[in-house]
Amino acid sequence: MTDTAPTPSAHQPAGPPSAEPRHFWRMFAIWIVLSAILDPLFYFLVGPHVPPGTMTSSAAENQLDFNILFVIALPVILAVWVYLGYSIIMWRASRKDAPEPVGGEAARTNLRVQTAWITVTSVIVLFLAGFGTYELIQNYGAGGGQGPNPIWKPTASHILPVQVIGQQWKFTYRYPTYGGFETQQLILPADTTIAFHVTSLDVIHSFWAYQLSIKADANPQVDNVAYTTTRQLGRFTVRCSELCGLWHGAMYNFGQVVPKAQFDSWARQTELTTAANTRLLPPFAWTYVPDANGAGGGYYNNTVDPYSPSEVYGARQPAS
Amino acid sequence: MTISAERESEVAYPDPTPPHAGGIQGWTSRPGWLSQHLGTAIVGAVAGYLIGHWLGNVIASGYNYVANSGVNAIANTGGLLLGALGWLIGIGALNYPLAKMVGMEPAPEQETTSWTRYFRYTADHKVVGLQYVIGVLLFLFTGGLLAMAIRTELLSPTSHVFGPGTYISIVSEHGTMMMMMATSAVVGPLGNWLVPIMIGARRTAFPRIEAFSFWIFSAGYLVILTALPYGGFPTGWTGYAPLQTQASGGMMSYLVGFALIGSGMMAAGFNLAVTIVNYRAPGMTWSRVPIFVWSILATCALLTLATPTLVAAGLFGILDHTAQTAFYVNEHGGSSYLWENLFWFFGHPEVYIMALPGFGIVGEILPVFTRKPLFAYKVAAAGMVGVALLSFFVWQHHLFQSGINPDMRPLFMLTTELISIPTGFIFLVGMGTLYKAKIRFEVPMLFALALFFNFLIGGVTGVFLSDVPVNVTVHGGFFVLSHFHYTIMGGLIFALFGGLYFWLPKMTGKTMNKKLGQIHFWMMFIFFNLTFFPMFIIGLLGQPRRVFEYQQNLQALNDFSSVSAFILGSSFLVFIANFAWSIFIKPTPAPPNPWNSLGLEWQTASPVPYYNFERIPVVLTDPYRYGEEGAPPVADLGEELVGAGAGPRAGTSTGETSATSAE
Repeated sequence: MTDTAPTPSAHQPAGPPSAEPRHFWRMFAIWIVLSAILDPLFYFLVGPHVPPGTMTSSAAENQLDFNILFVIALPVILAVWVYLGYSIIMWRASRKDAPEPVGGEAARTNLRVQTAWITVTSVIVLFLAGFGTYELIQNYGAGGGQGPNPIWKPTASHILPVQVIGQQWKFTYRYPTYGGFETQQLILPADTTIAFHVTSLDVIHSFWAYQLSIKADANPQVDNVAYTTTRQLGRFTVRCSELCGLWHGAMYNFGQVVPKAQFDSWARQTELTTAANTRLLPPFAWTYVPDANGAGGGYYNNTVDPYSPSEVYGARQPAS
Repeated sequence: MTISAERESEVAYPDPTPPHAGGIQGWTSRPGWLSQHLGTAIVGAVAGYLIGHWLGNVIASGYNYVANSGVNAIANTGGLLLGALGWLIGIGALNYPLAKMVGMEPAPEQETTSWTRYFRYTADHKVVGLQYVIGVLLFLFTGGLLAMAIRTELLSPTSHVFGPGTYISIVSEHGTMMMMMATSAVVGPLGNWLVPIMIGARRTAFPRIEAFSFWIFSAGYLVILTALPYGGFPTGWTGYAPLQTQASGGMMSYLVGFALIGSGMMAAGFNLAVTIVNYRAPGMTWSRVPIFVWSILATCALLTLATPTLVAAGLFGILDHTAQTAFYVNEHGGSSYLWENLFWFFGHPEVYIMALPGFGIVGEILPVFTRKPLFAYKVAAAGMVGVALLSFFVWQHHLFQSGINPDMRPLFMLTTELISIPTGFIFLVGMGTLYKAKIRFEVPMLFALALFFNFLIGGVTGVFLSDVPVNVTVHGGFFVLSHFHYTIMGGLIFALFGGLYFWLPKMTGKTMNKKLGQIHFWMMFIFFNLTFFPMFIIGLLGQPRRVFEYQQNLQALNDFSSVSAFILGSSFLVFIANFAWSIFIKPTPAPPNPWNSLGLEWQTASPVPYYNFERIPVVLTDPYRYGEEGAPPVADLGEELVGAGAGPRAGTSTGETSATSAE
């Protein structure tokens, strides 16, 4: 490959022709064997288990992207390691009959080697940038937050919007298409394109639905949109991945992807059971203005017992 | 010979005046404890703090930025700022400007070899360099102790050693201290000590600014330490805004501390950049400048151009807390994105401030221990300049998921990938230099080789992070944490210790113990990798950064990492023992050129004379002409003119003892 190969080969003609072992070909052989073994081993054995799995479209694509990067990166790492190991063994001063190094112009610069190096690294890097951009666009933002004005929107006819509200120190979710009720359970239908609208009531949080491969910062007064399409049923973890203060480490919960019909009945039922509380919430909006006069944002009314049986809290309008 | 012809112009070389810090007439010349030194600096700092705190309470009594917190941000800020000012007055940093201001002629500095000069404000760049060595190591070890506390807490996913508030303070303090330390880790000690000697100068361009940079750096250390008694701050080293605005107490130490450290960075960078451009000896053309000097020049460009953003951003934060402005307060018309962008506009060049000097160090170490010239010198120098330029165009990759305009993401993905091309040049240089070499595995060489191993992993994982789709999984988790520890600790800190083992014999005139050096290296190298490599996997398995609770199934990996971290931490005890033993307890004198290097810094006498060179050297070639028959020496030191023994400073100029200043 690629990175190391040209260095020794180009030196080869300069060295003494006969007794000198063919360093480049030796290294090349070691490298190609190692790469040919380890790359497929990784891709076929480890690759399918690489996080974040295949639960959603973005997860599957991001897993593929990771694996492709790894398959390219591994030979690069191996090339440097093989070269370093070979030099340390072959060219150590403690070796008997170690020849004196030859200085001079040939050892200082080598236009062929330098050109080859720059060309190869540029090609790899530009390919990776191009590939990453392609994956990002054709995958509708790859599950990352696109900000309030997303430009890569899914073409699905039916997109379920879910609002994620980060607050110190929990996530709550509102379903605008079901009357804007608010819950601490993130339940999603399978085989559906979801638009997460992530916002915050106080400081910056980051909504990280690990298995869904969704990550979007929750900024106060910003509607940060991320898309994915659910594929498999099951539970997933939601964690906050942006330091948000005291209980940042405890800011996580679990969500679930359920069949469409089950989701629909859950949503309709929750809409009914929480209707009384939804009326007390601020009307559904893409962002909410925190209460600037209190440190905690003031979204929830602290006088309501948070452990009331219905598990939904009373709330008051933002003050400002 | 043409050399003597160039010698003719020696007197015109613009540097005959000795640098001096400028004491008050008849004061600093007085020996003993009555003059200004570290002790008076501490007295000044305490007095300044008390006055500032009192003044703040007078100006705004009962002002609580955070309701009922009992913390008066104005008193805090006033105390910290006046404390830093008192520290500077106490050490004597303001004597020169104040004396000039009232029309007095400052007293010249006494040329002394007393050990007490290490506790004083001095214009000798070699003393400042050694002061920085101790300062940076103290900074590093304090931050390291906090890291030990973090790993102790993470031994268990659910049972806790610290409360969440204490833990988040420790994490924030660790990150902030390490970042502050790393900004000056190489530029301060090795840059100040080596650069003038490497380019054949007798001093830096602005010796008092150089001394100022150290003493304000140490003031920054004290200020960030005050965050802990103030109750810490919860924001991590990034200080993101709504949380920053929400926090009180230690937050002011963070903001003021970064402002002080930033001032020190700008001062150090400005001084060294001007020195490199203007103070090169005759014959030291740009193609002969050692690669370490190139790396420091590129770093200095970043220090002077990127750091003002940080200081300004910190000032906005201070104003938000004290004067109730709303730079970062969303609901009053400010924006938390403003902090994110200002911070990372500084913060990403900062990352290369921490990488480039390490490349420069290994670039100096490799030729000496391979007995080969540095391969692709021009590519290396161009790469460093290229990295410095490109580093201003990548900062938004820290904000990929933050809700920035989505079309910015492919652009910053591209620039971030592009910067790995010039960064990769260091591998071309290293591998080309190793080719058919004769490698001596002395301790500095071990550290230099370790940099290639570590930085390769750090660099390749950086490419993963720059890829937006993969970034969705790895952003904000242990993967990125491990990545930047591999680049900063695996790169910069390994290079720093390599550089210390390499140059301390010249800097101190004492030989470091080789056996202890090897033990230190192998402990540090093995357990560094065992500590941080598992964190890549921990991160991929879903553990976010800065958490005190994590998934049960990650405990085995976390425990493995923690135990390795404890051994990694204890490896520094070996270094401290080596340092204390070899320098203070049983010093063995080091020969002037123990590694048989061709570099200019090794050619001058040992210990290095006050003016570095008896005669200004005339540089004849670059310092990498190993393995070449009949190569000229790196410089004509002019010793045949003053006598081989290089006795008292003779000849150069005689009128220099007048008290007038050169600047």
